[in-house]
Amino acid sequence: MIQTLKMAWRNLGRNRRRSLLSSLAVSFGAALLLLMAAVLRGEMRGAIQNTIRLQSGHLQIRALSYDENKVSLAWEDLIAGPDAVIQQLSAIPQVKTATPRLIASGILTLGDQSRGVQVVGIDPDSPANQVFRSGILAGSFLDAGDREGILVGRPLAENFGLQPGDQVSVLVNTSDGTVDEQLFAVRGVYSTNTSAYDEGTVFMPLAKAQTFSRAQDHASSIFILLREQEQAEAVAAAIQSQAYQVLTWQSMNELIVQTEEFAGAYMVILYFIVLGITATVVTNTLVMAVFERTREIGILSALGMKGRQIMAGFLAEAGLLATGGVIGGLLLGGLAVAYFARYGFYIGDFGMTGILLGDTIYAYLTAQDALSLSAATYIITLAAAFYPASLAARLEPAEALHAH
Amino acid sequence: MSVTSVVDVRRVFQIGDVQTHALRGVTLDIERGEFAALVGPSGSGKTTLLQLIGLLDQPTSGKVFIDGRDATGLNRDQRADLRKGTIGFIFQFFALIPTLTAAENVELPLLLSGVDSSQRRARVDEMLAAVDLMDRAHHRPDQLSGGQQQRVAVARALAPNPSLILADEPTANLDTDNGRQVMEIMQRLNQTTGVTFVFATHDPRVIQYARRVVTLRDGLIVEEKVAPATIGKTR
Repeated sequence: MIQTLKMAWRNLGRNRRRSLLSSLAVSFGAALLLLMAAVLRGEMRGAIQNTIRLQSGHLQIRALSYDENKVSLAWEDLIAGPDAVIQQLSAIPQVKTATPRLIASGILTLGDQSRGVQVVGIDPDSPANQVFRSGILAGSFLDAGDREGILVGRPLAENFGLQPGDQVSVLVNTSDGTVDEQLFAVRGVYSTNTSAYDEGTVFMPLAKAQTFSRAQDHASSIFILLREQEQAEAVAAAIQSQAYQVLTWQSMNELIVQTEEFAGAYMVILYFIVLGITATVVTNTLVMAVFERTREIGILSALGMKGRQIMAGFLAEAGLLATGGVIGGLLLGGLAVAYFARYGFYIGDFGMTGILLGDTIYAYLTAQDALSLSAATYIITLAAAFYPASLAARLEPAEALHAH
Repeated sequence: MSVTSVVDVRRVFQIGDVQTHALRGVTLDIERGEFAALVGPSGSGKTTLLQLIGLLDQPTSGKVFIDGRDATGLNRDQRADLRKGTIGFIFQFFALIPTLTAAENVELPLLLSGVDSSQRRARVDEMLAAVDLMDRAHHRPDQLSGGQQQRVAVARALAPNPSLILADEPTANLDTDNGRQVMEIMQRLNQTTGVTFVFATHDPRVIQYARRVVTLRDGLIVEEKVAPATIGKTR
């Protein structure tokens, strides 16, 4: 085995440039796979994290009859007295923070411009809403007692030409099935770097939203963030009640989970295309080596080397190319992933219905992805050597010895 | 006892629609310890006969025996196994593995035969000493002269202690001095170890080393001559 590897190493050294280029092709292939996987993983991870921190939380408590798609404000569809529930939640150590939110469908109007928005009543002092406070680009954040102020997202402000201090009209559905309209002052412009969310979401203090929509002391949901994302199922089970429904982030984001699975399957096709190109380079290199060394193969055969031993020699060369290629790929891919994990990959306003993509994708590579893709590269490279190796093994010694 | 014999072997090469009859029914016994030359003009069938005896090729018809064993029906791996322990080769074009040193080239057939490392090292040293190349043990073929390369090939052929060594035009690419050296080494090893040598040549200076000369023409043996008077005395 060691002798076979030693000979394979020396054979690769005969044409260093060609061996290096072949190994580099494997490296580039492996690096590309790692980067593609990391970008996809980062994109989906970012979408889930965005959705959790902005919209779903790790858990939500809703009234049993609440339908998210209808955004009902009927009292029976809302949670009455959410503060009592939050007080109970605060005793659970895994719960980091919990806050009520009231969500109403509305229309924002400025002059002859109007746009459908989701009006979200929030507790401005809750740590859960820190993400919006820290995203203030102009003006100021809301005060709990503010009765005339709203926050608008950057895309909405840009489309309407809004500045802090400007007045807009907001119309909302109300709990009694009618609508109400009122003038509000833009207190601030925020950005979560998630265009799809920012352009359609307007914030106002919870108390004002409850009054405005006539929901009284009701909330659409209680938004809960946990200390550890993985605890969602356990905490949900612990706080399950017949009085309300408890939803986990997984059940609220099934679309993202399904999209990730679909994208993963699609990526496998891309992986095979990249590996196919890499394999072609390796096959070509080794086929050339077989033709160049036909007479030597004849000599080895004359000395008593069996077909499978000759084959093993070429597979050992492929193994060395693959080893160098995978190590190079891990280095190259690791550097690229590290760069994009730190600085991100700007995609701008790239919206997908139901998925809150940020404007920048941060690559994220898991050890499992790195391991499985490296193994796939190694195996495909070895598989690519089977044709030239079997070509060498099948050579008739007498014919091979006559080769020039 | 015959170390090898061929019985009515024919070899026909088919290239497109053209059939070439390289051997047309050759029967030959080679006794243990012989130093025999296959001679004849180009195309007479010398190399083809050597390749059939060496199990590098298979006859279209007829039988090949090695140490009394019928090797005609053996598959590739069985032929490789039989070659490994029994037959050594020396080729016209030196035929060393360019990435291996002289010592490693000599070691290669021992590795293939599964000889352990200490025995391998001892045998390699012994063989390189036998061809007077101890000082070139760690040189690669491109650092050796043609004569030195062919001496390494002789050492390699002899290393696994075969009963038969086949040499195809062993001096054709060597100058007179180197050719003479190689033939003298082969002759000495034949006399000291008793290994059988069969070599193909059309060089009269080489033929005179042989104790038996088999002449082929157009794929047939046309003459056999024993020359006992010249054994070890011609040089």
